[in-house]
Amino acid sequence: MLKIHNLHAEVEGEKILKGVNLEINPGEVHAIMGPNGSGKSTLASVVAGNEEYEVTEGEILFDKSNIAELSADERAHKGIFLSFQYPVEIPGVSVTNFIKTAINQIRKAQGLKDMPANEMLKKIREKSAMLGMDRKFLSRSLNESFSGGEKKRNEIFQMAMLEPKLAILDETDSGLDIDALKVVADGVNKLRTKDNATLVITHYQRLLDYIVPDVVHVLVDGKIIKSGDKNLAKELEERGYDWLKEEQLV
Amino acid sequence: MKLKEKLLSSFMAFEENIDLENDIHNIRNEAIKYFETSGFPHRKQEAWKYTSLNAILKEDYSIFPKKEETIEYRDIKKYCIHDIDTYQIVFVDGIYASHLSQTTHDKFDACLMSSALNKAKYKPIIKKYFNKVAPQESLTALNTAFSYEGAYIKIPKGVAAEKPIQILNFSTGNEHALMIQPRNLIIAEDNAQVQIIERHHSLTDNAVLTNSVTEIFAGKNANVDYYKIQNDKITSSLIDNTYISQDRDSEVSMHTFSFGGKLTRNNLNFYQNGSNINSILKGVTIIEGKQHVDHNTLVHHRKPHCESHQDYKGIFAEKSTGVFNGKVLVDKIAQKTDAYQSNNNILIDDQATINSKPQLEIFADDVKCSHGCTIGQLDEEALFYMRSRGIPEKEARALLMYAFANNVLNSVKIPEIKKRITKQIALKIGVQLGFDL
Repeated sequence: MLKIHNLHAEVEGEKILKGVNLEINPGEVHAIMGPNGSGKSTLASVVAGNEEYEVTEGEILFDKSNIAELSADERAHKGIFLSFQYPVEIPGVSVTNFIKTAINQIRKAQGLKDMPANEMLKKIREKSAMLGMDRKFLSRSLNESFSGGEKKRNEIFQMAMLEPKLAILDETDSGLDIDALKVVADGVNKLRTKDNATLVITHYQRLLDYIVPDVVHVLVDGKIIKSGDKNLAKELEERGYDWLKEEQLV
Repeated sequence: MKLKEKLLSSFMAFEENIDLENDIHNIRNEAIKYFETSGFPHRKQEAWKYTSLNAILKEDYSIFPKKEETIEYRDIKKYCIHDIDTYQIVFVDGIYASHLSQTTHDKFDACLMSSALNKAKYKPIIKKYFNKVAPQESLTALNTAFSYEGAYIKIPKGVAAEKPIQILNFSTGNEHALMIQPRNLIIAEDNAQVQIIERHHSLTDNAVLTNSVTEIFAGKNANVDYYKIQNDKITSSLIDNTYISQDRDSEVSMHTFSFGGKLTRNNLNFYQNGSNINSILKGVTIIEGKQHVDHNTLVHHRKPHCESHQDYKGIFAEKSTGVFNGKVLVDKIAQKTDAYQSNNNILIDDQATINSKPQLEIFADDVKCSHGCTIGQLDEEALFYMRSRGIPEKEARALLMYAFANNVLNSVKIPEIKKRITKQIALKIGVQLGFDL
């Protein structure tokens, strides 16, 4: 589904990704771990199409077509979703109106008519209930004065509504207490099918207890230096990243 | 002949045509004398630093237009709030158009300034209120000198006007260039309530200059809810001078929607003359091209325990320019004043300009006064966030601008106006959104 080959990217002249290779197939869950500043969030942003980053080398194939030239919204229309580490506050637009707009814009891009209002309402009810969200929450301004947990839950709610092929979860666990983490992870697991894939970007192994990955990658200094199964995450939790860096040097 | 000289000589002709016995005669005479000395405002005056009238004063305006009778309702319908029942006071080229209007004298007066100024029964009211809150300032004095026609609205004690009143001014292409000077007087006596919608619109591409003066008096516990819709043609300019005197416990709210016109200057002045008064000033400006909108506000807190809330938002595209000059004056006696002022602006293009100047003069020591002013572009991070959810750039920008203007619309009490302004904003931004905010 997603095939990244020798990806180099920079922001304002600073090289951040230095040759990333990654392949994710339908039905899989991949995790990317790594120390601060290793390029994890950059990778997420670049795949989602953030124009602040410049791709200088390599390619990103999604469903076999190169998406490097596509804008963020065009990538979303193809089924890529990024859950933000820091969701942006948009005062004056309610959660419901925002998601309605997003869904109908995606449908428009796919040549479909607007989703009928009753169908939309039903879906909103169903997905918000799945994530244990209060009704009142839906009419509040998007992310405005939301707690950290509410923001992340709202990201997963949007993911549930949009049903992407590839969901990238950027530090979705940060700012969540254990109960909120369970709800969010439970939501992500319920959304898994054999046709979609998830890329979890995280600092800590904690989230991976709940969203169990098929493959774990370690990103250090803009490169994936090791990949393994879920046990690699546990090892990283115990031993940190330094041994891997040393292993690299040797 | 320069406009000033033309106006001065026209004044003689104007005075000859109206009844010299009228009490207003002296007021008009003093006003023209004042204007003769002061002339038009110029950029060396602090309040006019960022707004130059030079270009619009160069036109050879007709001062006394011919009566235009070919305008019919279908020509003006789209500029009226026509989906709800209202009273309408309509002027075409500055002259009252009875066939387009619906006035009343039943429970209250919603009629013509010319009648009020000339009929004996209105004499005490005119004597008490006319030109009592409008100060001697050049453009206001000029309007006073030529004051003859406009809307006269008087809501007696305890009466609530059952439907909104629209004051509509249209100009036609009868004259090569036309200057009109409407003069409105609005009185809401103690415990009275009224909603008013005011609009100026040109039906021609010829130059139009409107120099309007509105005096509003809100009695004790009165409520005046006023909307100005400014969405005129690029050939029309408007100088709106509004003066509001409030008595204790009253609330006056003024919404100004500025979406078009060559030059628009809003001189909006609130004077609080009792305690426990609330004054609300809100504005949304969205302009492009070379349009210019200037909001020059004053709230004068003269008594203790009063509030004022100012919230102006502007979106400026292309080479448009905006000015916000907001003055809050708190007298020494006006303790416990709660004055809030906010002016937020978005510049869409590099060549758009906003000059924002909050001025707070506070002489009392136990007050709560706050002001904030921001100037920025649309938040790139917010745009990426929205685009990552599948909302294309154009729609994402529109949604952000919409959201930006939204909290000003929250306080609009007439749903039809809210709906229209919402639509108007969508139209301005060039996008259709699937919901109303």
